[in-house]
Order: sequence, then structure tokens, then C-alpha cells
Amino acid sequence: MSAERAREPPDEPLLSAIGLQKRYAVRRGLFGSATASLAALRGVDFEIAGGQTLGLVGESGSGKTTVGRIVARLTEPDSGSIRFGGQDWLALSGRELRRRRRDLQVVFQDPQTSLNPRMRAADQIGEPLRVQGLARGRALRERVRELLADVGLPPEAGARFPRELSGGQRQRVAIARALATGPRLVVCDEPVSALDVSIAAQIVNLLLDLRERAGLSYLFISHDLAVVSRIADRIAILYLGRIVEEGPAHQLTALPLHPYSAALVAAAPDPDPSGGRLRIPLGGEPPSAAEPPPGCPFHPRCPIARPQCGQERPELLEVAPGRRVACFFPGEMP
Amino acid sequence: MSFTLAAGESLAVVGESGSGKTQLARALLGLPPGGARVSGHLASGGRDLLSLSEDEWRGVRGGQIGLVFQEPASAFDPVRTIGAQIVEAIRLHRPVSRSEARAIAISALRDAAFPDPEGALEEYAHRLSGGLRQRAFLALTLAPGPKVLLADEPTVSLDATVAAQVLELLDQTRAARGLGVLLITHDLGIVAEHCDRVLVLYAGRVVEEAATADLFRAPCHPYTRGLLASVPRIRSEGRREGERYEAIPGALADLSARPTGACAFAPRCPERFEPCDRSEPELYRTASGRARCFLYQGAPAQVRP
Repeated sequence: MSAERAREPPDEPLLSAIGLQKRYAVRRGLFGSATASLAALRGVDFEIAGGQTLGLVGESGSGKTTVGRIVARLTEPDSGSIRFGGQDWLALSGRELRRRRRDLQVVFQDPQTSLNPRMRAADQIGEPLRVQGLARGRALRERVRELLADVGLPPEAGARFPRELSGGQRQRVAIARALATGPRLVVCDEPVSALDVSIAAQIVNLLLDLRERAGLSYLFISHDLAVVSRIADRIAILYLGRIVEEGPAHQLTALPLHPYSAALVAAAPDPDPSGGRLRIPLGGEPPSAAEPPPGCPFHPRCPIARPQCGQERPELLEVAPGRRVACFFPGEMP
Repeated sequence: MSFTLAAGESLAVVGESGSGKTQLARALLGLPPGGARVSGHLASGGRDLLSLSEDEWRGVRGGQIGLVFQEPASAFDPVRTIGAQIVEAIRLHRPVSRSEARAIAISALRDAAFPDPEGALEEYAHRLSGGLRQRAFLALTLAPGPKVLLADEPTVSLDATVAAQVLELLDQTRAARGLGVLLITHDLGIVAEHCDRVLVLYAGRVVEEAATADLFRAPCHPYTRGLLASVPRIRSEGRREGERYEAIPGALADLSARPTGACAFAPRCPERFEPCDRSEPELYRTASGRARCFLYQGAPAQVRP
């Protein structure tokens, strides 16, 4: 891409996040008079290498969307740091941040709400290029046509309004818009959750194509471990604002070390009735992020919890090369 | 569309958006969407339902046929306790006293795996987590003792580990009471694990019907095959460069814009041949069920690879 872009030193990952923390104030009581705070993130570290995809998996309340918003600079963390492309990403502001945003774009779950209903597809796709002053006039129109083709849409689709497109086509427009500025990293927040399975598979394939063609990296956020395992090189599992396990995607799904990861692997419905799969029933309800349990946050639901787990919190430690897990008894599943 | 549901059986209705699965649910509850008309024959427990008056329907709905749907929050009145609402539902359909109804409500909540069913009577829906709320909804629906349960995407808004608990509970209740369950879902993984038989819907029609094991082992209709192939499975091998997943090309055409006199799936079908554009296929017999596809016309015992 352009020569003016900052390049990270050769041995530095494209993005590294260290110690991300974020609390939200929540209103309590009838008129919201009393306030309490909810810790969405309690210290999250991860890295994304150039051209690689990190899958971030968690259930509701895990903090996965907050991670995506912080990386995209849509929400500021309370503490922690992010280096992106060799720069202190959180220190950028004003014009410098606007200029650098071209390197990091976002695709949201629901293109119905992330696209402007009154703008034609071609105008939405070209908007980041116009705003950034990267193209205008004929060059802009030419680039939009290329982007439509890149995401598998016919040129006529450019003239349509979002409501005139199907859900899958709308998500293609949102992806084309995210790609317009030639980003190095795209944050995808539940990009296929609102789509039918036959269409979701098309979009996952498109993201794989684009990654290979453009050397993109993704931070792919989803509640669905099966979808993530199709696209991610590495997977991080979030539970109540902390990563409980992180490692190479195929190792983590073949041999999960944290009991929560193991339960997620087991809970993913398997469309093969002959599969004879192990079920790991979790007791109780997912605890609230506002009142996390003491000790290991997972211990009230954990099938292998012991007394120690209710008293101390296990740190996220490297237990094998490239595999980190926060559990006193990693790999000891029933 | 024709089908039967036996006592204690779990029948899945599978379809993507626009397949008509929600319209089917509404028709089965005597609530066809505005302007629509239901014709044909609909009976439950030997009673013809299509000839019922609106008043008579009110007795069937919630009484003989129970309903759970995706969003349990909207099933409860937020300002009344869960107990009051379950008691009301029971007394609407069964001639029992208030205290008898209360006892039935407690046992329904216990069946729904509430650790403290008496305490749960005094709870409000918004104070419960999503999983507990869906289980309370199940208790509300099952307390009047329906024979048939219509479950429309009952776990779509729940986390995977919690959804597994709710489906497990539904299986236990079905076995214990001989309840017939019609499970409407887009999720083939759920079907594989929780249903005996499957109807696959496409563009408002059944395109395939088979026992679950047969459908997954040897799907017949090209749409079913494409759908099965595109379901994400957890993969635990390293990915190969250039590897792609099976997907069905195109999208379901708008029902109102569907071409008549041709197979509705033809525009997306990898096995389309001459008859597909000339006329509409019927449901033909296959080795293990029925499929609406010309590949099976006049070839009743043909087994497709």
C-alpha cells in the first residue's frame, strides 16, 4: 500500500493489546438514582500477527463487543494499551486518528442498521474514499466498481438502496465499504449472525477470499465457536471480561484445556446424529458481569471445580507453546 | 403442506428466512397473518380445528396446543408475578381452584428445573436471566397440560450452553408426558440432536420429509444437501490455503416474486435439468421419505449418492 504508512518493526505483531480494562456505569433503582459499575473487561491481552485472524468467542456479557469497539476506537478503555502498525494506537487523536482509520475498519452484525437507508450502495461504498480524500470523480467511480466486483456484487447493485438488497447482499456492501480504504485489519463483529446458514457460508468464503487476496487481518468476534473455527488462525475465549483460554484454532477446538472452552465445543450443535458426542452439562446460570463470583469466575458452573477455585483466581498462563489457559486444572475434563 | 405429529414425537420444521415456517406456526394456532386464508384439513386429538369459532380457538390455543417462542420476555406481563400468570393460564383451561392451580404451577416450575419453585412464583420475568426466563415460559406453557407444543425458535436468543439446557428440558418433558413437539428452527444441529422426523421447507412448501437419521445420512433434495453442507461444524484440523466452505449460491427469491410453473429452487440448484423450468415438482417418494424434486420422479427406490 502507500509508502507513507507506518510499518511496525519486522518482529512486532500487527496489533497488540495489553491490559484492556473497561467499566460501565449501570443505573440501579426505579429512577436510576443509585449507580453501580459493571466491569466489561478486566484485563485483556492479545496479539494479531499480520495476515492472521484472531477469533474472539464469548457468550453474552463476556465483553467481546467491548473489545471490538475499543480496537476500532469507538469506545475508550479505562486502562490498557494497544499498539497497531507500529504506533501507539490509543494515543492517536483528531486528524491523525482520522487519517489512520483507513488502516482499521469495522463490519458490524446487522448491515440493516450499519448502512444508511437513504444512500445508494455505490455512494456508501465510496464515502470513506471521498471523506479521506483518497479518490474523486471518475477514479472514485472506477474504484467503487472494482470493490463491488471484489465482494461478488454485479455493477447494477451499486444503484440500489439497502432495502432493495437481500441480507447477504447488504453485508457484501458493508464489507466493500470497509475495504474501500485498503485497511490492514478489519474488525468483524458477529458478521454472519443475522444471516441464514446458506448465506452465512457465502460471506465466510468471501472473507477468506479477501484475506488471501489483500493480505488482510481480521479480529473476528462471534458467539459461535463453529463459525469462528472456520476462519480463525488463533482463538481466544472470553468469559466475564477475561480471556480464559487462547491458542491455535485447531488445537483449541480439538483439545480444549479450559473446562468452559470444552463445554462450548460440546454445546455447538453437531449436524451429524451418528457423531456420539460428549456432552458437558454446565450447572447454574451464567453469572452477571456486575456481580462476578469470587475466585475463578467460572467455578460456580464448572464441572471440575475444587475448593481452591472458589478462593483464588487462576492467572492466564502459557501451559504449552502458544497455548494460554486460566485454570488450576487445565485439560482435566470429566 | 401435509403432515402428522404423533404423541411423544418431535417433528422439526426447518427452513431459512422466507421459507414460510412462521406462517405455518400462525396457521396452526388459528392466527393466520392478515389477509391470509388457511385451507385444507387441520385436526388435533380427533377434533377438526379449521371449523372452530374464534371463541373455541381460545380454548385450544394454550390449552390443547401450547406455544413457546423466541422471546420469553414478551410472553410475560412485566408488572405481574410469574406465579400469578401461570395460575391464570391454568385456570383458563382447567376447572381447578386457585390453590390447586398454585400447586400445579409449583410442580410445573419444578419440572422446568427451578431450584426454588415456590420462590419463583413471586418473581418478575425481567428479574430472571434469559435461560431462566425461557424455562419459566416453558412452565407457563406446559402447566395447563397441552397435548401439542409448538416451539418456534425457542433457543435462538440464548447462549449455546444455556440453549442446551432448555432443549434437554424439552426432551425430558416430551418423554415424560407423551407431548407431541413441533420444533420450528433454522438450526440443523438442534434438529439432529432433538428431533425424530424433519420437514424441510423452501419457499412456502415442504421440499423434503424424512426421519432425522435418514435425512442426515442421505439427504435427497438438492436444497437439503446444500443446507447440510453449509452448516458450520467445529473444525479441529488446520485450515488448508484456498479451502472454502460449501454454500448455496444466490438467495431465496421473494415469495411473491416466485416464478410459477417451475421448481422454486431451480435458480439456485446445482442439479437443475430440463423439467425444472417447465413445471412444478410434486413430493415424490424417495428411499427413505419424500422429496419435491424431479430427480425422484418415477424412481421410488432410487438411492442417491
